[in-house]
Amino acid sequence: MFHLFRASGLVLVTVAGLAIQPAFAETPGEIQASIRQEAAGTPGFQEFSAARGEVFFRTKHANDWSCASCHTDSPAVPGKHAKTGKAIDPLAPSANAERFTSPKKVAKWFKRNCNDVLDRICTPQEKGDVLAYLLTVKK
Amino acid sequence: MSIKDQKLFRMLAVALLAMSVTMPAAQADDDDRDEKYGEKYSGKYGGENRGKPLQPAQTNARFQQECSSCHIAYAPGLLPAESWRKMMAGLDKHFGSDASLDAGDNKEITAFLVNNASNRWSAPTAPLRISEAAWFKREHSEREINPAVWKNPQVKSPANCAACHTQAERGDFSERNIRIPG
Repeated sequence: MFHLFRASGLVLVTVAGLAIQPAFAETPGEIQASIRQEAAGTPGFQEFSAARGEVFFRTKHANDWSCASCHTDSPAVPGKHAKTGKAIDPLAPSANAERFTSPKKVAKWFKRNCNDVLDRICTPQEKGDVLAYLLTVKK
Repeated sequence: MSIKDQKLFRMLAVALLAMSVTMPAAQADDDDRDEKYGEKYSGKYGGENRGKPLQPAQTNARFQQECSSCHIAYAPGLLPAESWRKMMAGLDKHFGSDASLDAGDNKEITAFLVNNASNRWSAPTAPLRISEAAWFKREHSEREINPAVWKNPQVKSPANCAACHTQAERGDFSERNIRIPG
């Protein structure tokens, strides 16, 4: 009985441990790999390009905003929200180790920010290109 | 104006004043429903009052984290439950920005906000902007605050509570923690 109790306690602790995700669940490389998997199935897919990503990042889209409007032209430095003025931590993983380590966060912010900047969601190709660019940005 | 006219005028003025005092503010029209609820939501600020406390002793980590990523995590007691339900149902168009959350997080935060919403709001209204609530407008009227304060770039907008309420993040809006910049 005692052993059973202890064993179940151990299971509980293990399950609780799994439920609380560590801060860095994945690496930016892993996140990029899963975006690639998604993009590979879309028509006209091209291997991700940092150059294309940079152009996309700096170009103003449907809502007269670009990614750079808030994240600045050099994503290794802190940005500022174009409307609210709220401070934004650097986006480039080289300058901010937390970036692109949580698939949930990545999905959340791509959806929000693409809707704000482009008035639509981004394609996996666009997301992969932007991440490829951000990964080349040096601190 | 003759003496007689003056007397009549004064009587009329007194009568009008008496009427305005006895008529509850919220009774704009007189259908049954309003009569019934009139007294109830004619309380302080016409029934649009913030809750007490504004912030529960036990906060919610997900609420704190998610709602403070673009602005301060406004205390749940600032608005009634129905406002929070509407707000959380329309996060994809949140004051001009997409602030959507996944279904699980949305559900958890909505429950926290609704459970801790204003307990002193009796009016059947549910504004999305805190600054549209009667209590807010009264507390921030021109008599209370010089209109120039709102134009200060450090204040920027009435949404920026923390510009003056130094402890706004903690749901503390007490007078002693107000520092008006400028």
